[in-house]
Amino acid sequence: MKPEVITMNINGRAHHIALEPNVTLLTTLRDLGYTDVKCGCEKGDCGACAILLRLPGADSAEAVNSCLVLTWQADGADITTVAGLGTAEQPHPLHSAFADTGAIQCGYCSPGLIIAAKALLDRNPHPTEQEIREAIEGNLCRCTGYGHIIDAIRTAADKMSSGKGGAR
Amino acid sequence: MLPKFDFLRPNTLSEALAMLAEHAPDVVPLAGGTNLIVEMRDGHRSPKKLMDVGRLRELRGIRRDDGHLVVGGGTTISELLAHPLIAEHGLPLRQAAGLLGNPLVRNRATVAGNLANASPAADTAPPLLALGAEVELMSKDKTRYLPLYEFVVDVNKTLLQPDELLASIRWQVPHPRSAAGFYKIGLRKADACSVINAAAMVVWDERGLCSQARIALGAAAPRPVRAREAEAALLGQPLEAGVIEAASNLAVQATHPIDDIRGTAAYRRRMAQVILRRLLTQIAESQASGRQQS
Repeated sequence: MKPEVITMNINGRAHHIALEPNVTLLTTLRDLGYTDVKCGCEKGDCGACAILLRLPGADSAEAVNSCLVLTWQADGADITTVAGLGTAEQPHPLHSAFADTGAIQCGYCSPGLIIAAKALLDRNPHPTEQEIREAIEGNLCRCTGYGHIIDAIRTAADKMSSGKGGAR
Repeated sequence: MLPKFDFLRPNTLSEALAMLAEHAPDVVPLAGGTNLIVEMRDGHRSPKKLMDVGRLRELRGIRRDDGHLVVGGGTTISELLAHPLIAEHGLPLRQAAGLLGNPLVRNRATVAGNLANASPAADTAPPLLALGAEVELMSKDKTRYLPLYEFVVDVNKTLLQPDELLASIRWQVPHPRSAAGFYKIGLRKADACSVINAAAMVVWDERGLCSQARIALGAAAPRPVRAREAEAALLGQPLEAGVIEAASNLAVQATHPIDDIRGTAAYRRRMAQVILRRLLTQIAESQASGRQQS
């Protein structure tokens, strides 16, 4: 099938890309330079490729595995990757909390975990530990044992609700 | 890398049905892609054409209609989990939705996809069997309803015709004197395929005796099955320990499990009894506490 132009807004920047239908959003994002989105299992088990996806007409953005979405399915969508949440100068409270609490070891799972955590806090600003654990069920980490990750999400939630985190 | 395919993008349900009629049997509907894209990447499937049904508004939503609960086939598992009507009138389905895959998968996976994929371990199938659900199959020229227990016929095989779409799922709003539940055993708590799962719904009369029972098992046979012998053993009986024990033991007759990487057939047979006993005991507790689920 001939390539067609797909339009997406990624981290606030408009992209128009011509491509064939058999390309996943994960591949497209990495090809465009959004290499903060990681490629893990490509089966929906590990969550390393998680992004926030808001399809045209949808009420809100959802955290999804970009390896299971065809780029053509995301035509017209708004996409946020972990790098779109903040900058080195103005990090998101989740970025800071992951760094400060030791929630990052090898770092491969961190982008997907921060996206899953962002989706949780958008919906539920004061999650219990159980709710945090359930929200990250789709994200595998093989380094940390998850304890520091849960601490980081709780720390970020506290900062964001006290208004000191410059939350977006 | 995915194999090459053509991609059809209908904007409305009628457009989609016309495309299916024109392109069947070469076209496969794609919604959340949580099974299909993985199978295509693994080389297990290579459809010539995919049709994106993920944006068809007509396939979305949950509503109450003339004594039925109707769930659009394109409704995501996350939407099932969040919707108050499912909590009220489809408790076992809600419980299963919370245990299907993981939150990232649930945001994409749809109920029609889970049923039409027809995995023996599909988590939404036993709850919908227990609720007595029917599936609505639409083609360009006609719409038909099939009971879910007829729809799934074997591993990854259903009665869905190549020009049909699984448009919705419906079931009668459960009786006020009833209770239901779902139970799953996986190899870990989250993000796990069912080793075995079960759902049950029991209706009782004014005297508290069972007047109707539906019991379903998943990952226990080539397709999700009703445990008819176990259901019959409950009829006219009070939900007492001895009755529950006898019914749970009879449920094994409906199973034809296999040995696989997740468990042995013997383990599945034994666990079928155990999880049904737990489920029916919970239902009996609901009855006793008068906490009736309408």
